[in-house]
Amino acid sequence: MAKVVIDGKEYEVNPDNNLLQECLSQGLDLPYFCWHPCMGSVGACRQCAVKQYRDEDDKEGMLVMACMTPASDGTRISIEDEQAKDMRERVIESLMISHPHDCPVCEEGGECHLQDMTLMSGHNYRRYDKQKRTHHNQYLGPFINHEMNRCIACYRCVRYYDDYAGGTDLAAQASHHHVYFGRHEEGVLESEFSGNLVEVCPTGVFTDKAFSEHYTRKWDLQTAPSVCVGCSVGCNTTPGERYGSLRRITNRYNSEVNGYFLCDRGRFGFDYVNSDERLSAAVAQADGGSTELENEQVADLLAELKSDGAIGIGSPRASNEANYALRNLVGEENFYAGVADDEHAVGQLILKLSRDSAFHTPSIRDIEQADAALVVGEDLTNTAARVALALRQSVRNKAAELATNNNIPVWQDAAVRELAQHERSPLSILSAHATRLDDVASEVVIEGYAQQAAIANAVAAKLSSNAPAVSGLDAELQAQVDAIADHLANAKRPLVVSGSSNGQVELVKAAANVARALHEKNASPIDLCLVQREVNSFGLQMLVAADNNLGAALDKLSSGAVEKAIVLENDLYRRAAHAAVDSALDKLDTLVVLDLLPTRTTAKATHVLPTTAFSEHEATYINYEGRAQLSYQVHRCANGAVPAWQWLHGSDVSAIVKECSEEAAGFDKLDELLPRLDQFVAGMKVPRQSHRYSGRTAMIANLNVHEPKQPQDPNSVMSFSMEGIPALNDASVLGAAWSPSWNSNQSISKFQDEINGELKQGHTGNLLIERNENGAYLSPEPIADSASNGEFTLARSQQIFGSDELSGRATAIQQRTTGSYISLSPEDAKALGVVQGDAVSLNGNGAVATACVRARIKPGTVTLYADETLDVYALPASLALSKSENAADRSIDGLIISDRYEEDY
Amino acid sequence: MENNLIASSSKKARKLTEAEIAEIEHEKELYPDNKAVGLEALKIVQKHQGWVSDESLLAIADYLDLSVADLEGVATFFNLVYRQPVGKKVILFCNSVSCWIMGCDSVRSHITDTLGVDFGQTTEDNEFTFIPVPCLGDCDRAPVMMVGEDLHRNLTNEKIDEIVAQYRGKD
Repeated sequence: MAKVVIDGKEYEVNPDNNLLQECLSQGLDLPYFCWHPCMGSVGACRQCAVKQYRDEDDKEGMLVMACMTPASDGTRISIEDEQAKDMRERVIESLMISHPHDCPVCEEGGECHLQDMTLMSGHNYRRYDKQKRTHHNQYLGPFINHEMNRCIACYRCVRYYDDYAGGTDLAAQASHHHVYFGRHEEGVLESEFSGNLVEVCPTGVFTDKAFSEHYTRKWDLQTAPSVCVGCSVGCNTTPGERYGSLRRITNRYNSEVNGYFLCDRGRFGFDYVNSDERLSAAVAQADGGSTELENEQVADLLAELKSDGAIGIGSPRASNEANYALRNLVGEENFYAGVADDEHAVGQLILKLSRDSAFHTPSIRDIEQADAALVVGEDLTNTAARVALALRQSVRNKAAELATNNNIPVWQDAAVRELAQHERSPLSILSAHATRLDDVASEVVIEGYAQQAAIANAVAAKLSSNAPAVSGLDAELQAQVDAIADHLANAKRPLVVSGSSNGQVELVKAAANVARALHEKNASPIDLCLVQREVNSFGLQMLVAADNNLGAALDKLSSGAVEKAIVLENDLYRRAAHAAVDSALDKLDTLVVLDLLPTRTTAKATHVLPTTAFSEHEATYINYEGRAQLSYQVHRCANGAVPAWQWLHGSDVSAIVKECSEEAAGFDKLDELLPRLDQFVAGMKVPRQSHRYSGRTAMIANLNVHEPKQPQDPNSVMSFSMEGIPALNDASVLGAAWSPSWNSNQSISKFQDEINGELKQGHTGNLLIERNENGAYLSPEPIADSASNGEFTLARSQQIFGSDELSGRATAIQQRTTGSYISLSPEDAKALGVVQGDAVSLNGNGAVATACVRARIKPGTVTLYADETLDVYALPASLALSKSENAADRSIDGLIISDRYEEDY
Repeated sequence: MENNLIASSSKKARKLTEAEIAEIEHEKELYPDNKAVGLEALKIVQKHQGWVSDESLLAIADYLDLSVADLEGVATFFNLVYRQPVGKKVILFCNSVSCWIMGCDSVRSHITDTLGVDFGQTTEDNEFTFIPVPCLGDCDRAPVMMVGEDLHRNLTNEKIDEIVAQYRGKD
């Protein structure tokens, strides 16, 4: 700790940081633009000028940029100094010269960092009355609007998009007052993290296009702390609602999980909540007709199913409460996992490994600390995108090390990048196809699953003689193995990553073997990050018995042994071969399906019960770490849907959370997540509406001049109201961050215990799993691959936009999804007589995918991305392919891959 | 390792000529990093093609494995990398302070009257493109301008007539 004097007052600060960061950590107001808590300092905007004094006797002082000055012991500065204040006011005046006066029509207005800083620096009269420079704006795809005239050239967008997120298609162009931030030509922004530009840009150059369609000011949105349901990372979000429709999602800071950034699936994949297709009434369906059910009829029906021993099929996209309520209704022995069997097997292994004391599951923040990483088979950008973004930061640890050795502060962003050039911490990737992290990888090995597992096991064997031996790798692969083992062995904090999206248990076993081998040399547990596909995959695995996989349930149903079933928020046609699902469901006498949108499974149901979406109920989810997080209800459901647990269990959320934590093994810390009202000021609820929420009395005046009573929420600590005590310092119920003078998302600094630190009193979730088991090396089994002459070994691929069921039904995301495609090598394409974009028949059974010829696919192997219509689980591990005369229904234009093969170049 | 940068584009890269490739390869030997070769490659292509078309920009980015957006950033940063077609001769006319003191404004009007083009424009016969430049480093003989590679000093209206006649119709 160091002592610095700011305006005559002494503060204890961290000397490893710069003065701007430390001033903000102390809660002081100092304007800034180009600095960002995650991206360090470049000193570009000159906005954070302060007066620095040599010593107590120095009355003159000199102007310095706070962001470029270390907070070293004995530093004396003044923020309030007249000269410093004048400089800040003049700087913002010049930055604003060409800024339009369009705040009333600008979507950033009311949450604009530029507005806040302008007010804070005292620039309130414009002297410049000449012509302003204007720019053409670009079409940047379905997610982002572009309005370059508002730009103040702080360079934050390219520092985030290129330097932080690894994007390559946004750059600063031209010079002096023509500086332009855009693509080389109009087109979709290709980074999967482009949505963060909306929050990174301090003004309204990049705004949320999906939000534009039904725009509302920040203060008019009803918000609550929520959790993204797009994948197993469980990023914290702030959804905002107005007039009964969900309008947008923004990032909600969580120091351990998502920090400041979301992926585009999470940010833009929500408007299925507003869909006209939403199921709204409990109905009995027969012969194409349906009749509405009264609540008593539903209760009778469920009681009957319970006594008849019905099978319940849970869901990885449903909350713990919903899954627990179903398990409770049908009994543990009749509760089955609603995931594909191969994924279930991997999920169970992951659960077992998460109890093993040799490993530690790294949070996103931990992943960023890794100084060598190995990814086994998981295409993270498409399955757990936030992990990929964290790995991209981990390779910069080498740069931080070099900087430290050269006495350069790590926050000196430009200097550190200049110093490091292409030096990176090692990142090794084993994959069946090129991935979006390859550009920062030290080794990329493209092989089928069998070889990937063999390579990872060989790395383990190289690290420890106790690990299962591997033979038969050729010299080239062995060299890669040696290099990877070397990287990991020399690292202070090595990391191994894999996951369940390929449904390959051998890959996860091999990844665990590598981590175990590292643990032999390292006293502390090794970071082993195993991701799954959906928001509550982990929670479902904890609730379901190991043998109760979906295949067992379908067998039981198709054998006629059980004729009644309840399916919870799940489209079984996405989980198993269509024929197997048909043969099971067609035999049923009663099939109750609970869901929010119609699916092929609800079409088969005898009874459909409508359920609420993530923003319409309070619920807990467990992320890949085993971290349970509470997601609050944001708004009331506009139709007749109720939470699934309410149909199944009939109780309120706190009762079911309590029961789940008492009854279900491993869930005992779940109810600690629920805040109690007596923790809050005077027992008053926290309002979901801001104190500036406008038009409440007029919102339905076109229908009725009487103001309706505000909806009640007896079970939550939050209210559907403006009344109550807002979260001013207490971040545990912080929806949209706001603080006096800080209307933008930058106000989050007022809620952090220090910049980039934990939220004051804020929950980062509870880790549920205790590691008290000692495991052993897992012996590799051969991977079934019977590719004979002319057949191709199949691997799966995922798409960030499309592989997830619900976000795939959001309108913005649908503009980025593609049809099924099969990636094959140029050699194999030539042999099959197939060119880019041709339809390819898979095993001649009518399934068709578009050919995507890729330079870096291994000949003899293919990877298949299956859209929701393709019967992927009916396909064997190796495929016969032929050119198809039937064209594919959906094109794959717009698919973003790095190694598309082009014949003519 | 190859970066495999992606940037979807409505246009296709043209093929670089052998001469262009040879010169770019030479530059590559002189720098540790392809990013540094980008500007040289732009100059090389401009020398051969007269300007840098979108297709050329894509070709250089492809060849050097650079982000086309970054390369566009370099190309648009420098005024003398032409991202629009120019005439056979580019007139770089200094309108900085010394030339201004020495009366370049009247010379500029004379050029505009003679050729029918102002700054940033190309004559209809595609002979000349007229561009301002901040300083050519020859202030003691102001006003000055360059036509192609040649420097012309102590400009007067009469001298402009001679110079235009001298270059018109020549390649």
